[in-house]
Amino acid sequence: LPAAVLLKDTKLMDVKLGQLPSWLATRDFTPGGIAGAFRRGYDRYYNKYINVKKGGLGGISMVLAGYVVLSYIWSYSHI
Amino acid sequence: VPHATRQLHTTQQSSAPLPPLPEKGGEVRHGLIPEEFFQFLYPKTGVTGPYMLGTGLILYLLSKEIYVVNHETVAAASILTVIIYGIKKFGPEVAAFADKLNEEKMARALAVKNEAIKDLQTAIEAEKKEQWRVEGCSYLFNAKRNNVAMLLEANYRERLMMVYNEVKKRLDYQVAVQTLKRQKEQDYMIQWVEKNVVQSITPQQQKESITKCILDLKALSKGAHAAV
Repeated sequence: LPAAVLLKDTKLMDVKLGQLPSWLATRDFTPGGIAGAFRRGYDRYYNKYINVKKGGLGGISMVLAGYVVLSYIWSYSHI
Repeated sequence: VPHATRQLHTTQQSSAPLPPLPEKGGEVRHGLIPEEFFQFLYPKTGVTGPYMLGTGLILYLLSKEIYVVNHETVAAASILTVIIYGIKKFGPEVAAFADKLNEEKMARALAVKNEAIKDLQTAIEAEKKEQWRVEGCSYLFNAKRNNVAMLLEANYRERLMMVYNEVKKRLDYQVAVQTLKRQKEQDYMIQWVEKNVVQSITPQQQKESITKCILDLKALSKGAHAAV
């Protein structure tokens, strides 16, 4: 029998909709935890798109597009 | 404040070599949207699903004025046109140049590694040769030992000869001294005997012996005359 996976170890895509609040409660919201989350996200993006032998255009263009969208959202009220 | 209380080396250390870098990065379509999004929507909406979603989103943003069309739109459009034209025209060349830089970096690292391997191999060869030489050392030592033994032997015989000569010289001297003494004694005795005999020949005896000799000579001459 496979061992039952704890709720806090499941990934977000595997969490059922009803379990979402309890899953959020198990997350680590300390400053160290938040910094760790940012570091994990950065590492995932970096190792997938940039830290390869033949990187392409998509690696940086996605970052730039995200920056454009974010700055539009922040400056929407000034238009 | 010293950070001595921090724990170091807590994870398991593994000395396996790092896994090699993946060849290509994640697939990105149109340079903006990762391929996983298209795969995510494929089972439900097929191939055109994400494109319909994109079109619908753009129309919604435009119609609700969430995206405002003003002078910045024109500027963005012209900048994007130039950028896309530049990428399409010079993309492959830049990619080839970057690949060449990477190749050179790898080649330099590989060269260092090969140099180190070669140096270590020559060191191994030299070490083996030294070990072979050490095996030959026993012959060398035997020869040297023989040399030394021969020198010792020659020296010993030389000194033996010298001792023999010196002893012989001393003994010869003693013998010479004895013979000389005996000779001198003999000579002296002969001389003394002669001197005494000559002294003992009195004049009367001398006369007698001379007349006897003359008589003998006469007799002899008579005998010789007779024989002839």
